Amino acid sequence: MERKTKIRAEDGKQELVITREFDLPLELLFKAYVEPEIVEQWMGTKVLKLESKKHGSWQFETTDPKGNKHMFNGTIHEFIPNQKITRTFEMENTPFGVQLEFLEFEKLTDDTSKLNMHIIYRSVELRDQMLQLPFAQGINMAHNRIQDIMNKLK
Amino acid sequence: MNLRRDVFQAIADPTRRAILLLVVSQSMTAGAIASNFDTARPTVSKHLQILTECELLKQEQDGREIYYHINAKKMKEVAIFIEPFRKMWDDRFNKLETIMKKYKSK
Repeated sequence: MERKTKIRAEDGKQELVITREFDLPLELLFKAYVEPEIVEQWMGTKVLKLESKKHGSWQFETTDPKGNKHMFNGTIHEFIPNQKITRTFEMENTPFGVQLEFLEFEKLTDDTSKLNMHIIYRSVELRDQMLQLPFAQGINMAHNRIQDIMNKLK
Repeated sequence: MNLRRDVFQAIADPTRRAILLLVVSQSMTAGAIASNFDTARPTVSKHLQILTECELLKQEQDGREIYYHINAKKMKEVAIFIEPFRKMWDDRFNKLETIMKKYKSK
């Protein structure tokens, strides 16, 4: 099985890079980041606000399988159609804090394109926790026990 | 008997992931690990055996006790903590691709 999505997370650094090549023209790939109805579909979230412009802001609301709602928000610092989005990302009511994201969109051929997502965290520890988050999910233990473990990982 | 365990299969199980997360901060005995779960002790032992077989955990004798600890080298080798994160993004991007292909043909 080919791994289309690649993650580069070097040891001891507070950043990571996600890259992915798409069988899509650049314009369609970029559109998937701009149109709220499309973002909702592939991110599996509700889009409350998405102002795709410099100084714009965004807000998502996700409902987990247990019915709990989680809020995400950020500000858009740079918006160049079909090229670049620079934005912040924050999960509300979590200890993770805000992260900075540089999204670069690149045309490969008329029908293929590439996304380069560079994420910067406040510390190495926070980056490692964020990386381990999906790994830790689905653990059938009391919530405070998980919290305890996550605290130890800090 | 399956001697060549698949590491990704090993971490597909939530209990085994929980065990790895527990042991990552400190070495623990089988008893101490089991006390964190509602699961029966032999079930936890079985999970420990699988994790040891695929070399994600190492055993260390200290007097009468056997301590389990993370095999950091193996964990790094398979980028095991990162794989679920990578898969999460891969699933999202696959979805994006499928949606936009349909969008194009509209």
